[in-house]
Amino acid sequence: MTPLVEMRNISIAFGGVQAVDDVSIDLYPGEVVGLLGHNGAGKSTLIKILSGAYRADEGEILIDGKPVTINSPRDARAQNIETIHQTLALADNLPAPANLFLGRELRTMFGFLDDSRMEAETRKIMARLNPNFKKIVDPVSALSGGQRQSVAIARAVYFNARILIMDEPTAALGVHETKMVADLIMELKAQGLGIFLISHDTREMMALCDRVSVMKNGQLIGTERVEDVTEDDILSMIIMGKKPDKAA
Amino acid sequence: MTHHDSSTPVAPPRPQKAPPRPKLMDTLELDTRLLGMIGAFILVAVVFNLMTDGRFLTPRNIFNLTIQTVSVAIMATGMVFVIVTRHIDLSVGALLATCSAVMAMMQTAWLPQYLGLPIGHPMIPWLAIGAGIVTGAAIGAFQGYLAGYLLIPAFIVTLGGLLVWRNTAWYLTNGQTIGPLDSTFQIFGGINGTLGEFWSWVIGILATLAALAALWAKRRDKLRHDFPVKPLWAEAALGAIIGGAILGFIAVLNSYQIPEARLRRSFEARGEVMPEGYSAAYGLPVSVLLLIIVAIVMTVVARKTRLGRYIFATGGNPQAAELSGINTRLLTVKVFAIMGALCAISAVVASARLTNHSNDIGTLDELRVIAAAVIGGTALAGGLGTIYGAILGALIMQSLQSGMAMVGVDAPLQNIVVGSVLVLAVLIDIIYRRRTGKG
Repeated sequence: MTPLVEMRNISIAFGGVQAVDDVSIDLYPGEVVGLLGHNGAGKSTLIKILSGAYRADEGEILIDGKPVTINSPRDARAQNIETIHQTLALADNLPAPANLFLGRELRTMFGFLDDSRMEAETRKIMARLNPNFKKIVDPVSALSGGQRQSVAIARAVYFNARILIMDEPTAALGVHETKMVADLIMELKAQGLGIFLISHDTREMMALCDRVSVMKNGQLIGTERVEDVTEDDILSMIIMGKKPDKAA
Repeated sequence: MTHHDSSTPVAPPRPQKAPPRPKLMDTLELDTRLLGMIGAFILVAVVFNLMTDGRFLTPRNIFNLTIQTVSVAIMATGMVFVIVTRHIDLSVGALLATCSAVMAMMQTAWLPQYLGLPIGHPMIPWLAIGAGIVTGAAIGAFQGYLAGYLLIPAFIVTLGGLLVWRNTAWYLTNGQTIGPLDSTFQIFGGINGTLGEFWSWVIGILATLAALAALWAKRRDKLRHDFPVKPLWAEAALGAIIGGAILGFIAVLNSYQIPEARLRRSFEARGEVMPEGYSAAYGLPVSVLLLIIVAIVMTVVARKTRLGRYIFATGGNPQAAELSGINTRLLTVKVFAIMGALCAISAVVASARLTNHSNDIGTLDELRVIAAAVIGGTALAGGLGTIYGAILGALIMQSLQSGMAMVGVDAPLQNIVVGSVLVLAVLIDIIYRRRTGKG
């Protein structure tokens, strides 16, 4: 089976710092791959190359086995890559529909914004993702962390993402909301999306991911199937930068 | 949040418990901030009316107030976009002067000299206005390029611009007063161009019908998507208020009679004799009509176009806008270009009102324009602001200024009051936002 995404030998440096150093990872349809590592290990940078926020110095990206060029967030979207950023990337002053369709507004035949159709579509998708979500017309600054997260996720889902990048999607959430996001990840995975997940929470990653890739100092330490390793193995990879002893 | 109510198992599912009876304001869906500003304006008007023994709220003074507000109000609508995108434009008064100088020179010197159009040629005012608008938009776009692409803070770009364009105007005209301007051009100035009673009513009735049609279309659109709508009586009340306000405004302007001596002169100019007992009213000034058109266009841009949506999104979260694929740099250029074009339109009104271009035209307008936008609820932190707010802000400022002048407040005290009101208005706005959690 061809991987959905292959990032091959990716390197990028900022000034003198090698933020990502010759890293290769891949992702299959219906799979969740976790990226783990300390702050500054290069996970977010690697993933921002895929989402078009940064451009790699070296290496190539293949989607469905074909090489592609991703130079901007628009290019990434054209490949059905959707990103949920750590900072959520919502315009706080605008309501959920405006945020959901930001950059891809629905318009009437005269070219004006079709706000009521966007609102109707938002109500539809929110009813599916988060039935408790009622504040459709309020600015998103009035929403809770979980509700904001569901707006960000709805944005990715609505536009038929095939590849979803989630950068710390549960970092700012309470227990109940974290569960909601976890359920959603499982549902999207069942629909055949490929998901890159970044998190610091090793336990959560063991529960949600099929494979985890561990990075340290810009380099890939290794990629393991979660059933093959223990949480301690992963922790030692993160901290020591060593692959687990597979002799046993 | 599930609702368990086992006592009525056969009842159709209802959304939670019955909501509390909505307040009148919520039912009408009126903007409380807008009401606050209208309240402040009415307060100012009533207080001055009492202090001047009823001279403030005469048709004559209301007429003058509206034509004095137009120039600043037009620019204030553009300043809303600038401030919403977290920029500032300190050069608008100076840019107005440059546009005014270009238009005055076109009319009196360049077109007659280089194109050989005789003074008074019917094309002259329109070519001049076109040149002014192109100049304003180009200068604005250039300043937007410096701010958006070269990342020089807009404060600095336009602070420099304030000096550059003020003195470019001086350079173009050698510091002379240029006039008199073309007589067609002067129609945009206010008192020299009014629609008269009949056409003012026509415009008023058309505007009322358009407003009602827009309300109706909005309701139908909501119903089509099964969104909640206001009760019909609330919709009707809103329509009545809007229609009453428009037609009332026209009625006031139509009751300001043109002085007899002036009427007689205009008859004599046409070689006719004024019939006995003839009277005519000024009606809606062309400049005010221009402001209304600008306000409508800018509101549509703000609310109904991608450009407007991106302006507000960028103001709310520039990073999010960029990650959504919005070209925020080009957006900055567009916003400043719109501001520049509006400066040129204001320059038409301001110079036509004076009937000439003077070297100090538009001086300190940058402060009035920024103050109008800010009093009108535009947040300097970006992302929030309305076009109608900025226009109301301009109207409140102008009312304070003319009211105090009528009462006979000393000039320095006038400015002290206006300055204090600006600071106070922003404080009230901050408290309001904190209380309501809006914005």
